[in-house]
Amino acid sequence: MIMETLTVKQKQYLKQPKERISGSEAIVRCLLAEGVDVLYGYPGGAIMPVYDELYKYQDKIHHVLTRHEQGATHSAQGYARISGKVGVAMATSGPGATNLITGIADAQIDSTPIVCITGQVPSHLLGSDAFQETDIVGISTPVTKWNHQITKASEIPEVMAKAFYIAKSGRPGPVLIDITKDAQFEEFDFQYKKCEGIRSYNPVPKVEDSKLEEAADLINNAKKPMIIWGQGVILGKAEEELKAVIEKAGIPSAWTIMGASAIPTSHPLNIGMVGMHGNYAPNVLTNECDVLIAIGMRFDDRVTGKLDDYATQAKVIHFEIDPAEIDKNVKTDVAVLGDSKESLAKLLPLLNANSHTEWLQKFKDLYAVEFEKVIKNDLHPIKEGLTMGEVLNEINTQSKGEAAIVSDVGQHQMIACRYAEFNVSRSNITSGGLGTMGFALPAAIGAKMAAPEREVVAVIGDGGYQMTIQELGTIFQTKVPVKIVVLNNDFLGMVRQWQQLFFDKRYASTEMTNPDFVAIAKGYYVNAKRVTKREELSSVVEEMMQSKDAYFLEVCVEKEDNVFPMVPSGASVSDIRLE
Amino acid sequence: MEKEIIQFTVSVYTENNIGLLNRISAIFQRRHINIESINSSASEIEGVTRWTILVNMTEEQMKKIIGQIEKQVEVIKAYYHTDEETIYQESCMFKIKSDLLFDERQIQNIIKESNARIVTVNKEFFVLEKSGRRNEIELLHRELSAFGIMQFVRSGRIAVTKDEMKITEMLAAFNN
Repeated sequence: MIMETLTVKQKQYLKQPKERISGSEAIVRCLLAEGVDVLYGYPGGAIMPVYDELYKYQDKIHHVLTRHEQGATHSAQGYARISGKVGVAMATSGPGATNLITGIADAQIDSTPIVCITGQVPSHLLGSDAFQETDIVGISTPVTKWNHQITKASEIPEVMAKAFYIAKSGRPGPVLIDITKDAQFEEFDFQYKKCEGIRSYNPVPKVEDSKLEEAADLINNAKKPMIIWGQGVILGKAEEELKAVIEKAGIPSAWTIMGASAIPTSHPLNIGMVGMHGNYAPNVLTNECDVLIAIGMRFDDRVTGKLDDYATQAKVIHFEIDPAEIDKNVKTDVAVLGDSKESLAKLLPLLNANSHTEWLQKFKDLYAVEFEKVIKNDLHPIKEGLTMGEVLNEINTQSKGEAAIVSDVGQHQMIACRYAEFNVSRSNITSGGLGTMGFALPAAIGAKMAAPEREVVAVIGDGGYQMTIQELGTIFQTKVPVKIVVLNNDFLGMVRQWQQLFFDKRYASTEMTNPDFVAIAKGYYVNAKRVTKREELSSVVEEMMQSKDAYFLEVCVEKEDNVFPMVPSGASVSDIRLE
Repeated sequence: MEKEIIQFTVSVYTENNIGLLNRISAIFQRRHINIESINSSASEIEGVTRWTILVNMTEEQMKKIIGQIEKQVEVIKAYYHTDEETIYQESCMFKIKSDLLFDERQIQNIIKESNARIVTVNKEFFVLEKSGRRNEIELLHRELSAFGIMQFVRSGRIAVTKDEMKITEMLAAFNN
């Protein structure tokens, strides 16, 4: 049957009229064939022929001029993260291309499907240290899922088709395609065929029934099972399947930062976040559960703390699409390779209905401890200074948990991930693996463009904000109505927290003398307000959420607040500190 | 056993594309692992490149690295083997002054005993070639060093495995 379909498709392909067009037009036509409606980039010498075609095709494809190429990659990431579609970024050769690297590395470690297209000096100048020449294929190799340099126009359709296929299939990731300027000018007979497979690449391993049976057997016999799910659930669009598994087997379930929002925050079996600043109960009870079921997560060191003391008492089941993740950090007893949607759907009928009431109660009891020691003071403070937590709480209330929260990196990010209420999947967009300060503002732009129907709120610290603050220009020019909340403590707060706790309060280069953020936003004609008092918070957040346009809100928060709970680096997850 | 540092021969079957050397070597570099030798050649399958990489590490580390290598899009399959599981060879060449061949009779015995082959002889120098295991090559090197070596070069290890590596079947499965 597959053979027949292929034959039909091949016939259709052969019937397609060949058109003689330039390489640069072919690139735009490939993007259109892949369903790209918006891309982010910055023009320059070596990519100008493609921009010339984008000008001609501007009614079909929207190019967003970011203010820095790094912004283009993060916007493409935001676009991909909220929609599941491939984000596209474009830049010229040399510095344009190298400026993409941070975003590419971020997409690689957070498995985000993006395709980056860079112009390159003409092929006869390759290796001659030509103006704006960098070996971007060499530079990007360790941080791309795949990359390729095109020097002949005739290669464009096949390479572009592969680029999109590789970026989005299996465990997604970034792909970089570098195209010499002569290949952009060269004319050739264009014909496009989507990529359907690559012989050396097996993106989705087959789910083995025997492994599923072993997993089900362990789960069915477990007294104290615990699930930790990661982004693999979201990438595999397996939210419903996960929910069904959790509910049927009655398993308390925690999430990694990248997995946040796959199951609503309010779900009774959702026991919160694991990891360095995760919730108390799931961290402590990781070292008490008898079966640990990891789903689409990779046991990052920020999740596991000290590996030698991580869940050593538990049998570990790992559902994972990427075979290289099995036993990478934590030894598994049963590894179920494959796509999370398929695996979980097949697992469900093998599970016995159960409710681990007593075990679940343990999580609730520890939550009560955390609430009393930490959460209460974060969300409903009685001290004078504003907390980051109460700002998040206000956003939750006003958005009814429907907003997508795009956070940057640092204290505010941990607070956002801890306290944001998520009713909808794909709502926590943050730089999890790489920890890229400057991620949020451009990512929010991409997210809002990909999902204009959704409320998108960027929550950023005063440090990270200034790393990509120039993207306010993109917001102004495109009128994209993102909401920006800067939680300003005049410090690089997370580093300062570590200095306080582990470096005897030597605040080396963490105090920031900040500009007038409201004036800067207004300089870009973005509505802006500053809140310094608790009584103003609610009405201004309401004004922001009601705004039809972009809105900037600076909240001056307590300068030296710390994020707790905390697993100090090198400590075991069950040695998590509440203060 | 898993913690013991062992010499492994890694065999990687890949597409023949520019940049793959960089991609594969970067996997070792990132983990601060020295590559003892690396060889790229044609394989038994047309159009498929075969890499032979010699490294020293624990088996646990080796397994993880094989996973990272196989993860690369253009890698068809990667294997690791211990010395006992492979038949392996290196090849080397010595450039030596021709006078020595006549002045130092001992050299002729060394050549005979080592099964080295004379590739070329002219008035100034002669070239010896020897294939074999590292210790045989090292022995020959030591013996010839006493007389003076003008140039020496040794290739990376190449190895075939005792067990089958079913690449052809894998590729056939894709085509179906």
